[in-house]
Amino acid sequence: MNNNKAIMQDMIREIQAETQSISMMEVCGTHTMAIAKSGIRDLLPDNIKLISGPGCPVCVTAQGDIDAVIELVNQQDLILATFGDMMRVPGTSSSLQEARGKGADIRVVYSPMDAVEMARNYPTREVVFLGIGFETTAPPVGASIEAARAMQTKNYSVLSLHKLVPPALEVIFSDPDIKVDALICPGHVSLVIGLDPYRELAEKYHKPCVITGFDNADILQGILMILLQFKQKQARAEIQYRRAVKEKGNPVAQNVLKRVFKEVDTRWRGLGEIPGSGLEISDEYSAYNARHRFDIPDIEDIPIKGCSCGEILTGKISPHDCPLFGSACNPLNPIGPCMVSHEGACAAYYRYTPLRGEIR
Amino acid sequence: MCLGVPGKIISISENNVAVVDVNANQVEISIVLTPDAQIGQWVLVHAGFAMQIMDESEAEESLALMLELQKIRETFSYEQ
Amino acid sequence: MKTDRILMAHGSGGLMSQQLIDEVFKKAWRNPYLDPMMDGALLELPPGKVVMSTDSFVITPIFFPGGDIGKLSVCGTVNDLLACGARPLYLSAAFIIEEGLLLADLKKIVSSMADTANEAGVKLVTGDTKVVEKGSADGIFINTTGVGIISSGIEYRPDRITRSSHIIVTGYMGDHGLSILAQREGLSFGTPAVSDCAPLIKIGAALAQYGDKIKCMRDPTRGGLATVLNELAQQSGLGMLVQEEKIPVSPVVQGACDMLGLDPLYMANEGKMVIVVEADISSQVLNDLRLLDEARETAIIGEVTKEPAGMVLIETRLGAKRILGMLEGEHVPRIC
Repeated sequence: MNNNKAIMQDMIREIQAETQSISMMEVCGTHTMAIAKSGIRDLLPDNIKLISGPGCPVCVTAQGDIDAVIELVNQQDLILATFGDMMRVPGTSSSLQEARGKGADIRVVYSPMDAVEMARNYPTREVVFLGIGFETTAPPVGASIEAARAMQTKNYSVLSLHKLVPPALEVIFSDPDIKVDALICPGHVSLVIGLDPYRELAEKYHKPCVITGFDNADILQGILMILLQFKQKQARAEIQYRRAVKEKGNPVAQNVLKRVFKEVDTRWRGLGEIPGSGLEISDEYSAYNARHRFDIPDIEDIPIKGCSCGEILTGKISPHDCPLFGSACNPLNPIGPCMVSHEGACAAYYRYTPLRGEIR
Repeated sequence: MCLGVPGKIISISENNVAVVDVNANQVEISIVLTPDAQIGQWVLVHAGFAMQIMDESEAEESLALMLELQKIRETFSYEQ
Repeated sequence: MKTDRILMAHGSGGLMSQQLIDEVFKKAWRNPYLDPMMDGALLELPPGKVVMSTDSFVITPIFFPGGDIGKLSVCGTVNDLLACGARPLYLSAAFIIEEGLLLADLKKIVSSMADTANEAGVKLVTGDTKVVEKGSADGIFINTTGVGIISSGIEYRPDRITRSSHIIVTGYMGDHGLSILAQREGLSFGTPAVSDCAPLIKIGAALAQYGDKIKCMRDPTRGGLATVLNELAQQSGLGMLVQEEKIPVSPVVQGACDMLGLDPLYMANEGKMVIVVEADISSQVLNDLRLLDEARETAIIGEVTKEPAGMVLIETRLGAKRILGMLEGEHVPRIC
């Protein structure tokens, strides 16, 4: 989008003129990053609060699941293909980055199709793709499984830690400790799921939900659209990010999800177990399920001492309220996942700390 | 939660493989999730896949944004 | 024995070593300091302060758009000498070669070092070659050490940076980093970005006339612009305020970075300088540098402030100010 400066200045002025107190949650970590990087949070008046939500796949991955992956690569002779995001996430005693340093074969890919190609290039080795992400990323991973089957690539499998966003939003809206008046909804998850899931939420909890894009102008406009709904005393689900998001989402991608995955109960860091919020590989495709091919341990979550990522992910506290933030926990020595992931709230707040006061 | 960039499809080959132009970078992606995508169209690219066919070019988008804001402003003044 | 690859015997110190040195290195580098083939080179230095700098070069792939490891190894050390305010004069070069490297590739690398040294006006005066077993190195590693001279008495150093000085960068950020990234396994994509790898001798020469109004210079290689600005802020004990929209980034690099979740301000450059100059000459320096091919996109990106000491701030396009930190960990592509 054209980030026309004059338009943006107008929008900022309009937002600054708002007098109602409103807390909006930006659900998506990419929004958290964009907001921190552009300094939008700092330009808002004190009565408008932006709270960071649970939309960082790395951050919401349960500690036990990370430990299980690390154990898998330590125990088995395989190639683990992963998005770069997961490399530095600390498990209880190690991270994938450290496991690689000790000799595990872990490779960063940009697309799950690169992992399928890797499996074809190394036919005698097992290639396991670490599936993280929400409704945006699960269809590409599902499609990679279908492609592997079509090409009869039998040494490819996926360890699915995929999660679904609407069940988590339901948990957030029903928690009386979480004060959220409106949602800035994730633009790219919504490419796939469309508007309907938010319609239900907006109606049930009477909170405005606006699917928003990621450019500065998109985010400012999304905020304005929420403010407008408040003025009108309404709570609708709307799309700001019209150039990409269709009301019905992407039915082809939805069908891939239906074919390749099944909904299961799964645990989230910070939110605990949420019914029907996880995607496991369906029985039809169980040959491509790494859980069936390898003995993947079921490891309990060992909470990290002093880490507040759970409260931060649900918007109960801001990163600045965590006693470890910036001192014991920083991007170089992250203690919790919100500091590791590029789009984790803590990393975003730490990296892009706004400066208050005069510069001399 | 998910990075995505617009890319313009410049060629389509077998097996739903397409090449998109992202600011003059040429990236091979899969269009299996957007089977209707045509050469010349813009798609939103995430993790090596086209996730959706995009409606407008950036210029039109900026125009649409201005018009929409105009509408918002009118509604505000009408409400007040 | 005829072979088209480097063998362990090439590093034995025996006949094959000698043959390799004669046919590959000596032929390409020919100069009066190297030709006597002694254990060391005997050098003459003009009057002034001697500057010495060393760097090792490790890169995959060894041939990349815009250069190769040989060119890179000369540029890197030449640019480090220039950044101190010196005129680069002599280089040494030490090679660690993995057994099996194509002789033709080595010749290409050695000849590109000769060309680059020639362009930079430096002499390759002494060298060393070791061969290691297959798997003990990645093709070829090169170390270069350089000697230069500051005859003007004006040293470019961070402790000379003063408040209100202007910060200049000599062109687009991140081209080298992106062109290398695009070749990685599991990531390959086509990009028109080529490495900016170049000896910046003309930039050094263009600055000479400004004398002590040039405060400091540094090349934003690994860690990129953000990292260099932070180093300069820390070492000068002053703050830096830069404008996001003034920092030159090509649309090609910006687009690829958006796709891969990377930040051009942390991507490596091999042919750019960050220059801190007194405010009253900054626009003149800008005009001078823009006349050079390697610095056409030069821009004044910000200024030195008193506070916050040791930190870098960036003013975003929306007018908010935030801290621009150093690179932490590995800069890997990500999807979120």
